[in-house]
Amino acid sequence: MPSTPVSTEALLAVRGLSLAIQKTGPGRPRQVPAVTDLGFAIKPGETLALVGESGCGKSLSALALMRLLPPAIRITAGQVRFQGRELLDLPEAAMRELRGRGMAMIFQEPATSLNPVLTVGAQIGEVLLRHAALEGRNLDGRAVRERVEALLRQVGIADPARRLDEYPFQFSGGMKQRVMIAIALAAEPQLLIADEPTTALDVTVQAQILDLLAKLQAERGMAMLLITHDLGIVARMAHRVGVMYAGQLVELASREAFFQAPAHPYSQALFAALPEAVARGQRLKALAGQVPALAAMPAACRFAARCERRQPVCETEAPGLMPVGDEGGVRCHFPGPRPGSAAVEILPVPLPALPVAARPLLEIEALKVHFPIRKGFLQRVCGHVRAVDGVSLELSPGRTLALVGESGCGKTTVAKALMQLLPRSGGEVRWQGTLIEAKDKRQIQALRRKMQMVFQDPFASLNPRMRVGDILLEGMLALGVAASAEAGRPACVALLEQVGMKAEALERYPHEFSGGQRQRIAIARALAVAPQLLLCDEPTSALDVSVQAQILNLLRDLQAELKVAYLFITHNFAVVEYLAQEVAVMYLGRVVEQGPVEQVLTAPAHPYTEALLSAVPRISGGRPILRLQGETPSPAHPPEGCHFHPRCPKALEQCRNAYPPLRPLPGGVQVACHLAC
Amino acid sequence: MMSFQPVLLWTDVLLWLLLGCGVGLGIVSAHTLRQAWSRLGKNTVAMATATLLSAFLLVGLLDSLHYRERLPPAPGEVRVVYGVEVRSVLDGLLRQLREQSEKTYSAPFATRLYAKETLETPAGPVQGYPRLKYGGAHLGEHEAKRDKDVLQRAFASGVLAFLLWLGLAAGLTALLARRQGASHHETWQAIWQGETAFAWRGVLLALGGLLLVFLPMALWAGDYHVLGTDKVGQDVFYQVLKSIRTALVIGLVTTLVMLPLAVVLGIVAGYFRGWADDLIQYVYTVLNSIPGVLLIAAAVLMMQVLIDTHPQWFATAAERADLRLLALCVILGMTSWTGLARLLRGESLKLRELEYIQAARAFGVSSARIIGRHLLPNLMHIVVIALVMDFSSLVLAEAVLSYVGIGVDPSMISFGTMINNARMELGREPVVWWSLAAAFVFMFVLVLSANLFADAVRDAFDPRLD
Amino acid sequence: MLAYIFRRLLYAVPILIGVNLLTFALFFVVNTPDDMARMQLGVKHVTPEAIQKWKAERGYDRPLFWNPEAAGLARATDTIFFDKSVRMFVGDFGRAEDGRDIAREIRTRMGPSLAIALPTFLLGLCVSISLALILAFFRASALDFWGVVSCVALMSISGLFYIIGGQYLVAKVWKLVPISGFGEGLDAWRFLVLPVLIGVVAGLGSSTRWYRTLFLEEVNKDYVRTARAKGLPETRVFFRHILKNAMIPILTGVVVVIPLLFMGSLLTESFFGIPGLGSYTIDAINAQDFAVVRSMVFIGSVLYIVGLMLTDISYTLVDPRIRFE
Ligand SMILES: Nc1ncnc2c1ncn2[C@@H]1O[C@H](COP(=O)(O)OP(=O)(O)O)[C@@H](O)[C@H]1O
Ligand code: SF4
Ligand code: SF4
Ligand SMILES: [Mg+2]
Repeated sequence: MPSTPVSTEALLAVRGLSLAIQKTGPGRPRQVPAVTDLGFAIKPGETLALVGESGCGKSLSALALMRLLPPAIRITAGQVRFQGRELLDLPEAAMRELRGRGMAMIFQEPATSLNPVLTVGAQIGEVLLRHAALEGRNLDGRAVRERVEALLRQVGIADPARRLDEYPFQFSGGMKQRVMIAIALAAEPQLLIADEPTTALDVTVQAQILDLLAKLQAERGMAMLLITHDLGIVARMAHRVGVMYAGQLVELASREAFFQAPAHPYSQALFAALPEAVARGQRLKALAGQVPALAAMPAACRFAARCERRQPVCETEAPGLMPVGDEGGVRCHFPGPRPGSAAVEILPVPLPALPVAARPLLEIEALKVHFPIRKGFLQRVCGHVRAVDGVSLELSPGRTLALVGESGCGKTTVAKALMQLLPRSGGEVRWQGTLIEAKDKRQIQALRRKMQMVFQDPFASLNPRMRVGDILLEGMLALGVAASAEAGRPACVALLEQVGMKAEALERYPHEFSGGQRQRIAIARALAVAPQLLLCDEPTSALDVSVQAQILNLLRDLQAELKVAYLFITHNFAVVEYLAQEVAVMYLGRVVEQGPVEQVLTAPAHPYTEALLSAVPRISGGRPILRLQGETPSPAHPPEGCHFHPRCPKALEQCRNAYPPLRPLPGGVQVACHLAC
Repeated sequence: MMSFQPVLLWTDVLLWLLLGCGVGLGIVSAHTLRQAWSRLGKNTVAMATATLLSAFLLVGLLDSLHYRERLPPAPGEVRVVYGVEVRSVLDGLLRQLREQSEKTYSAPFATRLYAKETLETPAGPVQGYPRLKYGGAHLGEHEAKRDKDVLQRAFASGVLAFLLWLGLAAGLTALLARRQGASHHETWQAIWQGETAFAWRGVLLALGGLLLVFLPMALWAGDYHVLGTDKVGQDVFYQVLKSIRTALVIGLVTTLVMLPLAVVLGIVAGYFRGWADDLIQYVYTVLNSIPGVLLIAAAVLMMQVLIDTHPQWFATAAERADLRLLALCVILGMTSWTGLARLLRGESLKLRELEYIQAARAFGVSSARIIGRHLLPNLMHIVVIALVMDFSSLVLAEAVLSYVGIGVDPSMISFGTMINNARMELGREPVVWWSLAAAFVFMFVLVLSANLFADAVRDAFDPRLD
Repeated sequence: MLAYIFRRLLYAVPILIGVNLLTFALFFVVNTPDDMARMQLGVKHVTPEAIQKWKAERGYDRPLFWNPEAAGLARATDTIFFDKSVRMFVGDFGRAEDGRDIAREIRTRMGPSLAIALPTFLLGLCVSISLALILAFFRASALDFWGVVSCVALMSISGLFYIIGGQYLVAKVWKLVPISGFGEGLDAWRFLVLPVLIGVVAGLGSSTRWYRTLFLEEVNKDYVRTARAKGLPETRVFFRHILKNAMIPILTGVVVVIPLLFMGSLLTESFFGIPGLGSYTIDAINAQDFAVVRSMVFIGSVLYIVGLMLTDISYTLVDPRIRFE
């Protein structure tokens, strides 16, 4: 846990900062406010976390501090004092001297934030040269190189002398982010602005990067503005917390105060929507509705439409940021703990306990999907990416099996192969005992009525050029569930109702809906053919927490109502905990551990499961830390022996040579590890 | 008995068909590309250039309704005989321009020929510039009054144009005001500042420009050669108007050949991949690797041989010229589909991995249906953009090809043949500049409008804006 | 690297064969040699004997692909296809209508073509990249707006007018350089200035606009934001980061045309009376000299394929992502 630094003088003080988007186009140019009246202060050595859902203005605020806003966005009011100087009045040249040396920034996408055609060393060295020149120092090539090497070593890159001559594409995602950090630290800034620095990374890598940031900050006494949407990261990193909603700061508090008793109804709702906050088997408390559009911001309280505590005054008068304690504040007419006192309310709607059926719905036996790697003239096959390399699973009717793993481990490939969207390279699939032949078109078509899929990205999974009604009908017509468009109409209305949408949506196009609504439509589309099994491929990972809660609740209600089984693919353990009865953990195309959720999550038997679990930042903390080194290797060249051994903190000698077989443990768990016998 | 016999030339049919297709496509895509269309409609430059292009199109279409006139019956002849010359409605409308040929060159607004001849005068034969047969003939002896006459007509038509335009603007304002229930003043303000959902401002501006230029031209053209005459004395104004159709045919009919090839092959290669992809890629690499002009030259040369050795195929010279034009379009189309096909292939490759197509495949939707319902509508913007972008380059290409001698039939009036014929005369002293200048200005306006319109289309159909 | 080039060369073979088959079909299958003879001889002289003689002189009197009358290997080689198409692979292009050896003609005409095309290409590249840089640097300003409008206007003028107008103004009215012609050695520059200048101006509009688009595509990338966040001055951001990335598509788009410079420019050469390959081609087209046109098609595609290979190689040189693959 970080301890609060002692210094009191603010390093950065923002007051009344407002930003507006300049809308051009036909007619007079208009201004749409994007951020309104933002104010906070950061002391040296302190971390302020700015939390909020996507689009609430966190990134724009950060860019505004650096004065790096895109041309369409203007600062319309406010002050930004940094080390006692007013930044908004500085000439551009002075501001440039400050960037990098006074405050530095790292961004969300390490993959695109580095210049692809310059070596990593050149990109770091550039900062050194620039700021040495500003100080009138002269740096020669040797000195730069040494300094760059030291920086790379500091951010945890092995063999820096060699790697500084490499290009960004030769680094993995986590390594690129380390390079970004080295760039940011090169000129020894007093303030580091980190905009979702780990959102694009896997949990185990995220944990490494967060550790690194915390360590560097402590070493250098640097202040940090950390932007995130993840309350777990806030709990792990921040001294103080600012919550943003719809372009406003709605709550500012110390971490302790915030996690003990969030005062703003929106902050409380964020906690309530977290799956992990709820005991298993209970309903999530989801926020209804969605964030108002920037162009149609209510003049009074912006949260009013979704607030449970709303009073008439909330819709007529805009609440100011009322001070709480010395440095806190809350923007609400009626702040305070939730009525009912507990910070998190648990609705007593337990999941119905589902019996395990005698016969499994779907059995997967040693499923393999290998993609050929082609090269050169005539496209010779010169290797295989073993995306799925012998996965066996069993799904029971009406129950949920969660498939967990980091990106690239083959989760989606399993689902696609089951849907026959990809050819299987080996293995058997049985539906209620019947072997499914990949070549038998009739059988496959029949299978498609029993099994459907929901995709990850609700923005890519609906054809932008089709009406919602046609989208829903497509599957019914193709699989003969409805004879004609007219005949399918009533079913579409019923489906929309089932997923909590109105019939009028039928005539509209996908772009008229928000992400959560689109995902509802995508679920309705899959349900249209009344499948008994739904393959859900990370259906909530592109959504904000409050919307995620809506979708998770919906999926759970649907299961209770329709007795549909789920294969739920995710990388989020909190969701597993909330939704699934069984879980299988994948690493490099193979299942390394599987079993009942209670068992696996409380007493993981495989070191990888353990590491994954401890890497997840949680608001409640409390798991012994097991950190992994490095990143997942490429499935084209999996390591010899146990695939996990190069990263495994518990690796034995025999792990290098033999892949451990999947062995049953007591309690219904199976695990593939030499340690576990 | 009809006084004329309609003649259907191939390019007429195709041009009208294309117009139908274009309108049909617009209607079909009105829903799916609604935002793009409305963005386009909002764009002042796009609507102004669209208005200009419509004017060109109107001329071209009038020039694409052909007929043969019935000849006055010869004494004793009972059969109905039609003239061998194929005319168009435009020719009919411009009969005066077409028929009032001088002997040879004459400058714009001239009353005398540009070449000296021996004139018979009472004082005996002298070398001098003879009077034109038609240009300024109404002035009679008073040739000096020409300038005044020209200016008077210009002024009159200017006033007329202004009044007409005011009428149009007022009518439009009244109509919009009634529809929206706003006051006339407000409506006019909205139009003028470009705040209407459709950029009426652009249309009005373009119409104003057209009126201001063509009303005076019309008023002069009856009695003068506004743009002079060429070597054989033909009116240059008539020639540029006739050139428009040739340019449009080249620019539009070519796409009719190219489009199906590019769309089908591009999508097949991108969606099905495998050996079909390999084959299609091979074919277009081969086609691409032959420099465009040379491939066209080779094909056109062969086509010429074919036409020249089979004179029996054509009833009239117009038909032969027309078929040659069509063949040129086909050749241009066959050699230019590769670029669009490549684009569509790449995009199809990307789209087929998208989740909505995967979702359709998960339902077992047939490939044909996926292509029709998912792929094509999402490729439409690329097709539209490519078509408008290609138009102007094809118009420019026609001029160059005709100059090189592998373009349209020399007897067919086109910008290329006009330039080709006039080019020789630059060496004359003093120069004959009007043919070139006229071709230059008309072509420039046409191509510039098309380019600006294409830019607007590209911006409006950018899917990132949806 | 050598192995790579060798693989690329192998890949070029089927394409050249395709080109060859296509041109052969175009020249000998669409129209029979008889048709060509009739056309060449004109209406008056068409007698069966004349046609036969015409064909025999040019070696068109043999079968297309397979000669059953010949013996052994000659069955395949004593054909039009072998004689006219296959032998092109070894640089034997046969004779033109005027009896001259095409291969020799091509060799002597390459020089003048290159003398025009190369300076035009290099100068045009420099000027349009510089202009595009200026427009992109001052993006979204009035300068940029009017710059783009001028580019579109320049693009809308037919190449013919650039030549006609330029010739008329510079050579005829101002009498700065000779209207046309070509000289040998150092004296040649007087003849070269105008065509080069016109070539540069004629291509300015479209290439400037294209390069500007490429630059602007880079301007909005994330790494540019990173560079700014480092505190680098705008000029450095532009010339070090943006330029370097935008040069990849520019360079590779440009490299493919370099070999084709040998072919010269049809229009410029014919207007200025330059004895290069461009005017050779035009003359051949006008004289309907099929042998020459066929040879030029073949050479053009060979050069294009060389260009493609150079492009691939230049990719590996400028783009580290490909170099290290
Ligand atoms: N360049 C831009 N032009 C117009 N709107 C923008 C731009 N960048 C961001 N926005 C809008 O500003 C709002 C805040 O965005 P952002 O700060 O990125 O949110 P966050 O970081 O909280 O996810 C969003 O509604 C977003 O759509
Ligand atoms: S001001 Fe009213 S509506 Fe807004 S958050 Fe507070 S209680 Fe809710
Ligand atoms: S088998 Fe060995 S390397 Fe693999 S997870 Fe177990 S202990 Fe670690
Ligand atoms: Mg953000």
